[in-house]
Formats: sequence, structure tokens, C-alpha cells
Amino acid sequence: MTRKLNLRIWRGDSTDGGLKDVVVDVNEGEVVLDVIHRVQATQMGDLAVRWNCKAGKCGSCSMEINGKPRLACMTQVASFDEGETITVTPLRAFPIIKDLVTDVSFNYKKAMEVPAYSHPAELGPGEARMEQVDVERSQEFRKCIECFLCQNTCHVIRDHEENKKSFAGPRFFIRIAELDMHPLDRIKNRKRTAQEEHGLGMCNITKCCTEVCPEHIKITDNAIIPMKERVVDIKYDPARMFSGQLRREKRD
Amino acid sequence: MSGVFSPTRAKIKERTLRTDKWWLEPAITFGVLFSFVIYATFRAFEGANYFVEPLISPFYSPCLSEACVEGSKLFGWAPVSAQVLGFALSPALIILIFPLGFRMTCYYYRKAYYRSFWFSPPACAVAEPHTKYTGETRAPLILQNAHRWFFYAGLVFNVFLTYDAVLAFRNEHGDWGHMSVGTLVLVVSSSLLWFYSLSCHTCRHTVGGRLKHFSKHPFRYKLWTTVSVLNTKHQQFAWFSLAAVAFADIYVRQVATGAWTNFYFF
Amino acid sequence: MSQNLQKLKYDVVIVGAGGAGLRAAVEAREAGLRVAIICKSLFGKAHTVMAEGGAAASMGNANSNDNWMVHFRDTMRGGKFLNHYRMAELHAKESPDRIWELEMWGALFDRTKEGKISQRNFGGHEYPRLAHVGDRTGLELIRTMQQKIVALQQQDGRDHGDMEANLKVYAEFTVTDILKENGKVAGVYGYWRENGDEILFEAPAVVIATGGVGKAFKITSNSWEGTGDGHALALKAGANLKDMEFLQFHPTGMVWPPSVRGILVTESVRGEGGVLTNNKGERFMFNYIPDVFKDKYATTEEEADRWYTDQDNNRRPPELLPRDEVARAINSEVKAGRGTEHGGVFLDVSKRLSAEVIKKRLPSMWHQFYELAGVDITKEPMEVGPTCHYVMGGVDVEPDTAAAIGVPGLFAAGEVAGGMHGSNRLGGNSLSDLLVFGRRAGAAAADYAKANGANPVSDATVTQAAQRIQAPFENAGGENAYSLHAELQEVTHNLVGIIRTGAEIKEAIAKIADIRARSKNVSVAGDRKFNPGFHLAFDLDNMLLVAESTAKSADLREESRGGHTRDDFPGMSSTWRQVNHISSFDGTKVTVTARPLPPMPKELFDLFDVHELEKYMTPEEIAKGGSN
Repeated sequence: MTRKLNLRIWRGDSTDGGLKDVVVDVNEGEVVLDVIHRVQATQMGDLAVRWNCKAGKCGSCSMEINGKPRLACMTQVASFDEGETITVTPLRAFPIIKDLVTDVSFNYKKAMEVPAYSHPAELGPGEARMEQVDVERSQEFRKCIECFLCQNTCHVIRDHEENKKSFAGPRFFIRIAELDMHPLDRIKNRKRTAQEEHGLGMCNITKCCTEVCPEHIKITDNAIIPMKERVVDIKYDPARMFSGQLRREKRD
Repeated sequence: MSGVFSPTRAKIKERTLRTDKWWLEPAITFGVLFSFVIYATFRAFEGANYFVEPLISPFYSPCLSEACVEGSKLFGWAPVSAQVLGFALSPALIILIFPLGFRMTCYYYRKAYYRSFWFSPPACAVAEPHTKYTGETRAPLILQNAHRWFFYAGLVFNVFLTYDAVLAFRNEHGDWGHMSVGTLVLVVSSSLLWFYSLSCHTCRHTVGGRLKHFSKHPFRYKLWTTVSVLNTKHQQFAWFSLAAVAFADIYVRQVATGAWTNFYFF
Repeated sequence: MSQNLQKLKYDVVIVGAGGAGLRAAVEAREAGLRVAIICKSLFGKAHTVMAEGGAAASMGNANSNDNWMVHFRDTMRGGKFLNHYRMAELHAKESPDRIWELEMWGALFDRTKEGKISQRNFGGHEYPRLAHVGDRTGLELIRTMQQKIVALQQQDGRDHGDMEANLKVYAEFTVTDILKENGKVAGVYGYWRENGDEILFEAPAVVIATGGVGKAFKITSNSWEGTGDGHALALKAGANLKDMEFLQFHPTGMVWPPSVRGILVTESVRGEGGVLTNNKGERFMFNYIPDVFKDKYATTEEEADRWYTDQDNNRRPPELLPRDEVARAINSEVKAGRGTEHGGVFLDVSKRLSAEVIKKRLPSMWHQFYELAGVDITKEPMEVGPTCHYVMGGVDVEPDTAAAIGVPGLFAAGEVAGGMHGSNRLGGNSLSDLLVFGRRAGAAAADYAKANGANPVSDATVTQAAQRIQAPFENAGGENAYSLHAELQEVTHNLVGIIRTGAEIKEAIAKIADIRARSKNVSVAGDRKFNPGFHLAFDLDNMLLVAESTAKSADLREESRGGHTRDDFPGMSSTWRQVNHISSFDGTKVTVTARPLPPMPKELFDLFDVHELEKYMTPEEIAKGGSN
């Protein structure tokens, strides 16, 4: 069953751009990415769009569909009303390259700033023992497909370009949480650096990252808030403050 | 020009291209929270109609001031004078900071009011109006880190309010073994407060979340698992407990003024 | 050659940032060299992330009877003994170390009760052998190595003040040529996809790890990147491809709805208890157990059902036969009119497992069907059918070093390399393959670069490479790359797909030659800035070379074996087993010749029961009993 769909696509680059209207065929069961590909193959051969797996596993086709950050391959055309115009725009937190493609290098820079996992020196190959219950929390965060929708929707950088230098963003807060909860990681000061270097305190937990996560990772409840609580442990905990433990830890 | 209108970003003039009713949720949140604040302020300053045997309004409990009406004082004790620094403070104002602080610093309410009162952001992918943003890194918002202090205080309050609910199993002459609509109201509101406190993120962290190895602490892991389940409903508990506390106060006030009669089941 | 051409110098350049490429990069960097990683997509998006089931390694955590010899035997059997024995041997011996190494870099595999890495059952593996993380093992591999790369960069940052001084990722970059000087590799040439600007990478050693060729086919599980770039680059650089007729059609791709056609349904669905039925409700796989597997698979539904709870005393269900067998069986059922209305069969996991268990054990499958197709696999069956998944054929390499034979300085690892999997790959052997041979390629490339030093690229070579990139813009009003690609996919799907005949293959060869001739005239709309039409022009050229090589190899092989099924030659022949098909390219056409397969040495030969070998080998080979 084929019908016509009204699509508005943002076309342009860093100098200028705007929304262009196209009418395109759409078949039953198709997702927005299918329709964009049809536009590309039949009407706009040079329409730039990123995509890879088309199965919601690689996190390449991140864009904004009717203003919401989404994966185009996971957005069914049928989820919109028939006759409704679908507006497709590039991610709005990152510099534009062309059409639906933005420069997401910010995220790769931030990835390089999080200190890597450090394995216990005494454990050789095959000697590590970890219980399933101890790895499950971190495993949730390792589901991340790095679509960067959370980074894109986070108002800390979306609405404040100047914060980019001091804020790692939700994707890297889950990375830090993953490592801090990793049963064998040796690095002890991840809580302090999360707060003092990666901008954890900038987050005001308005939860948009969780709302847009296509992997349904509970970014705020399971990573950011627990990390904020761990920061409270080392900086503001009442019991530890009275016992003087906080001051002792700070010296370490 | 900053944010989504920065020169490097795709040139789109709309603050958002969302076509759904994204403004509805913050609008409702604003309406409800604002009404509560107005009502609570009025009641906190009223300083009357908060006690009628055997019921005490949760806004006024524990009643610690010399100004507390006869029978409302916690164990008949009044450590705070009726005048503080020359002001005649209502007994509610002395204690309000604790439950208020707990809710103000609660991870859920932070989301709710940052969005609906401060538009930071009003909704996801809707540009916020502020030109500068520093989050919770400096005063006053750095005080959000005091949530754990308020959590502990909140637990103490829950004990008092539960005690109040137990006292409500008496009749207006102080005889035990009775139960009224007022009893139910206090039992429900104090229970919901427990659910609200125990489902809190700080609680989840303290009972087990801070551990690195769950496998070495099976009991705490079990606690953590239970609190984690409650935690997914923290938002609902936040609203239900707020509504229940407000209603308990309204109920006590209505009974105290004589507008309603506290019906006894037995 | 443009005036401001950027020239970069490295010791080793890795083309491809999937599992094999990243593993090679880690090894070369740890050998102390300067390494560039080039990827066509963003870093971390490689097709490896799609691998679901796991990585096969005989760690023996789930069953202590497992060891490298059992794994080696399974691999050879799966490949119908066309594998290069030495690659299969190295792979079986080294894969446990490669998995443990990932753990030391931060990977979090699922655990056994003792806290070791959990291992799961998979088709063709005698014991539970696949290290896994739910059903997103490939993602775990990529992420772990991506983070290992970052760890190495952080070390460089501490040592030299520049994190990218000695190891840098060039993302969204297309390589159009491997450059040679004096008969040896001298570097690679290509352009940024973002703006079309060209870069010359000068390096004495190049590792290609570009993955597969699926996009040359109509129904495929591969992403757009699987266009056979490395295969084509190697051919053009003078290397040979081996056994390109062998393509694995994964038996269970989604067939409905059309927008997700081709996307994989992991074999774990069958490993966890999913059964295949036709439109009559029959569990048809029992009718398709080949003679060589008769004693290893259950013959009744009762025994098959018991196996899920008691694996020591029952034979496995036939749903877990090697992929080629299952794919052919599904194909036959559909051809006989017993398929679903959309041309597949039913795969049902909902009857055996509770909704909760399905969501726990197969989370991404549940997610995939529910969100991409609106099907709830905890309640209803899936509709599945064969999809082009993996190419066993690939660059002809030295087993120990992954060096491309005939081109000094060129190395190939992962799916782009041939020989490891013979005529058919076992599930789970791909992730371990790319770790084992990725590491070997990286190490050998580093050794080669140290021993040989820089090999400067001449201006003439660069000019030639630059001209190739400009060409599509100079053809006005020529062919549309998108339509040619679609035409090629029709040809490969219909004529050299899962079931082949001599006449159809010959027709395919002629049609591919025709498309190739017309492709010289492809023209591109727009400019160089992130222009997919422009990018496709190069991908198309690569896919055409691959398709030509596949068709010509398929034409020669007059038997059916693994990923090559001839309707006109349905049987497997022991004499054909002694032959590899070698494709070479002279600049205009691909030529395929036969080359004898190296025989197994005695110590490996003796690992098998001689009666089993009799099913595959000629009496003379059996009598000889190995090569030494």
C-alpha cells in the first residue's frame, strides 16, 4: 500500500539553509530513514544523511523529527497521522556540516578525556572473576550505541555553546558511572573528577537525556543521580563530615 | 546569539519544531505546585485550626513552640519560645524548612520545577530563555547537595507523623480503640510519606547503591533491589504524598473550624 | 593533484575500524609505531556492532571438555574442510587469549556462577563456546577496543603532550587507492567524505580490514559500508582474492515488513529454543539433516526438546545445524510452497520460553522486532528467510602474518581476508577471527614497517589517484549510480544468489560486465561536500569487481559446498575440495584460476576420526594421512 507523504527536509550548510518541501511515496511499515533514502535516490542525489545499520544498533542516523531528537531508522512513518507533514532537521546542538549531517567531533573529544579502565596488575589473562550481579549495572551503560541524542538534547550544551568546554554530557556520565561501578577498575578518584573536571554539577537532572535514549538506558536515575550521590559521599555527607572523614579523604 | 541560534548550528529560526503539546506537562506542574505553595504559605502563617482532638495537621507536626495550642505539643514539650527574634512565628514556620527542604532538593522535584518554573529547559529540545547557565555548581543551587541531610531529617518527621496517625486511633476524649475518617486521612498521608522517602534516590544510594560489589553484601543488595523498584515510582509517590499531606491539612482545618464533622467508624 | 594536498606520514595505516582494524591498530601501536586508523563511517559504527551471538573461544568455562582441538574440528567441519588448516588452527588456539585480553581492557561479558566468562551454545559448535553479552557482543567488542585506543592515546598524551601524536582516527574518510612504488606498498589515497578534500597517507605497511560485500546483493544484513572496498582495493593493488564463490546466507533474516528486510535474527534465538516451522506448522528441519551430520543431531522432536535441559545425554536439535544447511532448508520449503505469504518461514520462541525470559536473554531481538516491525516475539512467531550475511572468500593471505600474497607491505584481516572459514563460517567464529588475525596483521605490519622503512610516493602516482576521484564530476549526463547499484543487486540476487545454475551464472557474468562498462560513465550531481551520490560512485566500482569475481568463481566450481549451491551439481565432491579459486585483476577484467589447497599436516589430520574424513576427502588423501 503506497501513499504520498509530505516531507520537509532541512537543506543547507554552515553558511545558510532552510526547510525544503518534498512529496514522496511511502509504503506500509516504512521508517523515516526509508523515506529519506527514497528522496535521495529519486529527487535529491546529493542529500547528505548519516546511516549505517538501519536496525537501531549503530546510532548513526540521529536527527530531529518534528523537533524531537530521534533515530530515523527507529521512527515509523505510521506513528504520525496520515496527512501530517513530517519535518526532518539536523541535530541542533552540534555544528552543521551539510543537510542532515552535523559535526559530532565534540563527543569524541570528550571520550578522550575520561580516564580509561585500569585493570588490576595482579590479574593475568583469564584470572578475573566477577559476579553477574556486580557487572549488571555497568552492562546497562555499555548498551550505549553512541547516537549522541542525549548529548544533543541536553540543554546544558544545546542552549549554551560556552558550556561545551567544561561539560562532558550524559553519554560520558554513564561512561564514568560504568567505570566507577566496574567491579575491578582501580581508579579511585572518578567521583571527584566527575564533579570537578567533567561538569557533573552542571546537570540539573531534567531528564531529557533519558527521554530520548533509544536504548532505554536510565541515564539519569541509574548513572547521573548515583554519581551525584557518590559525590555527596566524598564531599557533603553529614555523617562523614562530622567524623572528619571528608577532610582526611580530600588529603589523599 | 547562543545555543541553537549559535552561528555554527543549522540555521533554523524556531525555538523548537516540536508539534506535540510539549507545554502541557510543565503548565500542569506549574499550576499544581504553585497552588500548593500559595495554600501552604497561607496555612503556615495562619497559626490556627491545625489541631482538633485527636488530629493534628502534618503542617504543624511536630508542634514545638510555646504557641502551640493545648494538646498539640509533641509529648507536651515546647522547646521554642513563641517569639523568635521578636517575631511571633507560627509553629509551622519553625519546622517547615525540613519537609520543604526535602522536597525542594528532591531529584524529582528539581526536574519538575526547573522545567516548569525556571524553563531550564521548559521541555526537551525546546530552547530555554536564559543566556547563562551554570547548573548546580555554585550558590545557591549547590545546596541541592544537602538532599541527604534533608532525607535523614525527613525520616525523623515521618516517625512523628506516623506517631500522629497512631494517636488518631483515639476519640476526641483520648480513649483508644476508635477510628474516624481523620484516622484514615493521617494513616494514608503518613504512609505515602514513607513511600516517598524510601523511594528516594538518596535512600537507594545509601542502602546499597554506593557499593561496588553487591555480591559481598547480599542483604544490602536485596534492600537496594527493593528500593530500586520503589524508585521507579518516585515521581508518583512525590505527587501522591504531596496531595495527601495537603488534604490531611485541609481535613484537619475543616474539622477544627467546625465546617466538617469527623465521622467515627467505631 | 591539488595544490594544497595534505600529506601525512605514518608507519602503519589501517583501513577499516571494525573489530579487526582496531585490534590491528592496538597491536601496531603497542609495537611502538605511529598508526593511522581510517574509517568510512564515524568511529565506533562499524558493522561489527551488529554481531549478536558471541565470540567463539574454547575457554572451557561452561564445559571443561572443550579445548582448541574440538574448536578446530568444529571449524573445519563447518567449512567443509576447505578452510586453510593453519588459519583454523591459529584461530582455535589463540581465541581464548584474545577474549581474556578484552576483559583486561574493560569488557564486561556475562558471567558464570563461578564468576568466569559465560559461554553459550551456537550452531556447529560442539560445546557452549560463545563468550557473549546478552545479544550485543559485537558492540561490546567495538566499544572495548575503541576505549583501548583511547587508553593508548591517553598514554601518548602523558608521554608526549599530544594524545593523537602516534595514534589517530580519521573518521568518515574514503580510501580510493592503495599506492605502490617499486612493487611495494607506499601508502593510501582518498578523500574526506565531509568535504571531498584529498589526503595522501604515506606508509610502508597497510592493513585492510574493511569487512564484507553484502551491499552487492539485494537482501543483506550488511550496512551500506559492506561494499567490498578492501576486496577491490587489494585486487587493484595486485593481490588475489580466494574462494569468492562462497557467500554465507544467514538463514534467518527478517522478511517482513519490507523496511527491515534482511536484518538479522540472531542464531541465539534458535540456541535458546526457537523452532522453525512451515505454513503447515511442521518442524521441517528434521527432514534436512545431511548424512555427514546424522549422528550429531536429534531425529525426533522429543529428543530435540530434551537437549535444551540435558545436553550430555541428547543430541542437539536440527535447528542448530550449520547456517548453510538451515538456509538451504528454508529456501527449499519456500520453493515447495510451504512458506509464509511473504516468502519466509516461521521462527517461534514464544511457545517454549516465558515473555520474561525472552526479554532477559534476547533483549535486542525483542527490541528490534517490537520497535522496527511492531512484532512482539514473546507472543507471536517471527517471519524469517535467508539474507546475504558474510563472505567467506577474501584476500589471499599468509596464515601466520595475514600478509597479502604478492603485495609486500599489504595485510588483510577479518572478513576481508579469505581462507579461515573455508566454504562456510560457523556463527561466533567471526568475532574471534577478527581478534586473532587482527592482532596478527597488526604485529606483522609493524614488523614489516620496522624492517623496510618509508617508501616515498611519487608525484605521478598521486596525480593518477587524484584523477580517479575527479572523474565522476566530469561525466555530464551519464549513468545514475543509484540505478546501476539497484540493477547490480537484482543480477546478483537472481543469478548468483543462494541457489545457482551454470546458465544463470554465465548470464550474470555478462550482465555484470555490461553494468561495469556503463559505470565508467557515472556522473554525479552536486559538489564534493558530503555527497552520497559521489560516494556511491566509488562503492559501486568496488561492488562490481567483487560481483565479477564471485560470479566467475561460482561458474568454475561444479559442486555444492557450504556457501555455494549449484542446482546443476547438487553433490559435494572430494576432488573439488582440493581446489581453491584464485581471482586476479589485470586492470580490465577478473580472471579466476584453480590452485591446489594445501593439505593438513599429520598432527591435525589425526585429530579427526578417519571415517569422518572419508566423507570429505579422496581415498588417496586418506591413505596419505596428512602432508608429513
